[in-house]
Amino acid sequence: MAGNVSTLAHVAKHRQRRSLQDPQWLRVALIGLALLFVAIFLVVPLVAVFTEALRKGVGPYFAAVADPDARAAIRLTLLAAGIAVPLNLVFGLAASWAVAKFEFRGKALLIALIELPFAVSPVISGLVYVLLFGAQGWFGPYLGAGDHPWLGAWANAHDIQVIFAVPGIVLATVFVTFPFVARELIPLMQAQGKEEELAAITLGASGWQTFRRVTLPNVKWGLFYGVVLCNARAMGEFGAVSVVSGHIRGETNTIPLHVEILYNEFNIQAAFAVASLLTLLAFITLALKNLVEWRHRRTLEAAAAADIRQFVNSP
Amino acid sequence: MRPPVSRRSVLPGFGLSLGFALAYLGLIILLPLAAAFVKTAGMTWADFWAAVTSPRVLASYRITFGASFLAALFNVPAGVVLAWVLVRYDFPGRRLVDALVDLPFALPTAVAGIALTAIYAKNGWFGQWLEPLGVKVAYTPLGVWVALTFIGLPFVVRTVQPVLEELEPELEEAAASLGATRAQTFRRVILPAIRPAIITGFALAFARAVGEYGSVVFISGNLPMFTEITPLLILTKLEQYDYRGATALAVVMLLGSFAMLLLIQLVQRSSTRRARA
Amino acid sequence: MSIEARNITKHFGAYTALADVSLKVGSGRLTALLGPSGSGKTTLLRIIAGLEFPDVGGVPGAGRVLFHGEDVSDMPAGRRGVGFVFQHYALFKHMTVFDNIAFGLTVGPPVRRPARGVIQQRVNELLQLIQLDGLGARLPEQLSGGQRQRVALARALAVQPKVLLLDEPFGALDAQVRKDLRRWLRHLHEKLHVTTVFVTHDQEEALELADEVVVMNQARIEQVGDPQTVYDRPASPFVIEFLGNVNRLTAGTGRLQAPGGDVLYVRPHDVDIQRGQADGHAIRARVLHTFSAGNYGRVSLERADTGEHFEAEITRDRLHDLGLKQGDEVSVVFRHVRLFPRGQFAEADVRNGQLSETKPGYVPAHGAGENI
Repeated sequence: MAGNVSTLAHVAKHRQRRSLQDPQWLRVALIGLALLFVAIFLVVPLVAVFTEALRKGVGPYFAAVADPDARAAIRLTLLAAGIAVPLNLVFGLAASWAVAKFEFRGKALLIALIELPFAVSPVISGLVYVLLFGAQGWFGPYLGAGDHPWLGAWANAHDIQVIFAVPGIVLATVFVTFPFVARELIPLMQAQGKEEELAAITLGASGWQTFRRVTLPNVKWGLFYGVVLCNARAMGEFGAVSVVSGHIRGETNTIPLHVEILYNEFNIQAAFAVASLLTLLAFITLALKNLVEWRHRRTLEAAAAADIRQFVNSP
Repeated sequence: MRPPVSRRSVLPGFGLSLGFALAYLGLIILLPLAAAFVKTAGMTWADFWAAVTSPRVLASYRITFGASFLAALFNVPAGVVLAWVLVRYDFPGRRLVDALVDLPFALPTAVAGIALTAIYAKNGWFGQWLEPLGVKVAYTPLGVWVALTFIGLPFVVRTVQPVLEELEPELEEAAASLGATRAQTFRRVILPAIRPAIITGFALAFARAVGEYGSVVFISGNLPMFTEITPLLILTKLEQYDYRGATALAVVMLLGSFAMLLLIQLVQRSSTRRARA
Repeated sequence: MSIEARNITKHFGAYTALADVSLKVGSGRLTALLGPSGSGKTTLLRIIAGLEFPDVGGVPGAGRVLFHGEDVSDMPAGRRGVGFVFQHYALFKHMTVFDNIAFGLTVGPPVRRPARGVIQQRVNELLQLIQLDGLGARLPEQLSGGQRQRVALARALAVQPKVLLLDEPFGALDAQVRKDLRRWLRHLHEKLHVTTVFVTHDQEEALELADEVVVMNQARIEQVGDPQTVYDRPASPFVIEFLGNVNRLTAGTGRLQAPGGDVLYVRPHDVDIQRGQADGHAIRARVLHTFSAGNYGRVSLERADTGEHFEAEITRDRLHDLGLKQGDEVSVVFRHVRLFPRGQFAEADVRNGQLSETKPGYVPAHGAGENI
């Protein structure tokens, strides 16, 4: 914690120290350059989304958003995120508990493997599930339209299908959002160590009581942060679900896939109208992310203040 | 002889949490990825080689890796300037700019793709000015570069920013008191300190760009031998039921990504070791 | 509640934290585990608490921890009836002071938990005991270091432990707070009489506070004894060097003839300085530097025959009377010394916490405690 506090102090220090201030012309030039860069690459695309979405006015905008196919896409996106996020949340808690509170061989490898999905192209994330569950895949014969004597027939009868269906979309979403919660929690729990948990245990708390009353409250902001990022990716994922989705309107289309279909049909305004929903999601994500960072900062500053008080009113 | 070290632990739940984590990791990530390698292992070497080195495939590598490299390269100075401005200067809207830097992480790639295409198309906001000058962006390799620059933008900023914040002002004051100019101080004191972060940020941006699909497919036009990126080629092969060809390409890309991941780990490890020493 | 640890060995990878250590702590005593960092003292404390486990194997009955004769080695930490105070307090950051202290009374099986009113009353009593009444609603981050320390202690006491274990209880505090807390803890111990073991690297703290001091070094116990014994009759060169200032000189050369050994230790306050040629037992030395503060004067000296540097601590008046200047030649007399044979300080003698059987204090020509 001391490290973070000194970071904050440093930031203030850097900005205040006169001797380290760059000449006025350089500051203006660099700030201008940075703002220009941000404007061209970030602001203009954002403005473009809403301009294109509202090009024909408010009526067509809401018509595009309220379209039954769009509503079906929204439902499917919520469903996929609603399954993927809790699953990865449970995984994140389990993995960070094991990694942060215990010593075991291969820990570094496990941490590296958790980050693996970030290094895999979304298209490949979808492809691997096609290889597993597609008609020619390992488990294909046991699934709908599969030729396994009885499992395939059973799956057929119950209309069990993974690829080009909802389960495939959910699985691909789980894959690409896999690391988000774990990678926030692991460093956080590692930094907190296990002394507080040990204190709870010596006071007679059970493992579950310790986890619920000591560990969880300590990581709740990090957990929230990870969930927000995980959810953003789950709802916005395009490449991976594009591979496993059947692109069937109203059935296997998520919001991003619906945007693509509309765009490719030259229904540009409707595409941007639906895309604006995802842009709003991005805004909410950024706002929540900054809220968490701001909350963290306040806690840290309170801790720093307490440290100062320690010298002022020692007993 | 040393007696065996006790394996007991005070905190409970080790077996349960690690067991669940490993099982989940295995089922969701490792088993599917293994499927790709097993599928490829069923191919003869000649088939595999032909699949991953056909002219159309080689052209897709060129555009994918080339544009990714140039995009990540551009993001190095741009990212350092942004990080510097955000850490060192106070100006109106600094908090907003700081928050906006994460936009490429938060904005779904398909949205970025259609938005960039709309801007740089012939009649778009930028396109209408650039095309008369002979600069075509949409549906050219330049468009691919623009999309990859967009999605890679946060990486260098977010790796360099914390290092700049941690940098002790005393270091620069010492350099200044020894007679170094601002430029010399930057080159000889600050730059060496942020170099590992720059390399990490570059590698992350590059790795992300190589696999990118959503933001590129709209602006690239997907012309074979010209602007067709490798991830799209995989999808195309899949849609033509060429599972083996698609998987072979996927394996090449996976191996490339793993190599990048390893490189990043090595850079980070050596820089933390140096920091400790 | 007495504590006994039998033949404890503990490795962390290739590192040996404890090498076959045995310890007995008497019921109701206040015991200090004293040693430099890495001596194994914290590991021993954590093993007693059930927070670490000794290596298995060794002689039969090895690696066991007994509370009042009952083997608790297989009992989980939460059921040993131990109150543990962590070095950095390990207060629950997100809970108020009140909730921190009440925690132990609100967990465990429901039958164990007292009624709400009882908890309220007990916590308020403890808040009074640690002189923090009225601060129950604060968060730990709003307290000073000394206050946090006392909250950690109250939290450990709330479950009415049979044994109180403290890991470097004053380590993170500044000097004045340390002194106050030390006195307060002594006072508290006299009031509660809970068997208490605390870990410290500060010899002054151990000597001032404890009934019994266990000196540890390099995974072993060097000496066990009451403060007076370990200070006056240190069992090994390590103990004498660790406990307070001491001069180390080569014996058996020149005038310092020693039948019992060849490394001589003398505390600065046992060194006396005389002007001019003294009797035949004194050695010659040259004054390097003098300094006086408070009641004491400190003189740095260089031994004439070997060139070794050492220090003398004499009263300020004596320093004034002598009128020493840099470069003066003086005679030096040692009042009381300890002597050890070089290099072969017998490990066997100080293992397992038994008082050393080494040679008694240096017996020069005229016997211990006399002037040379």
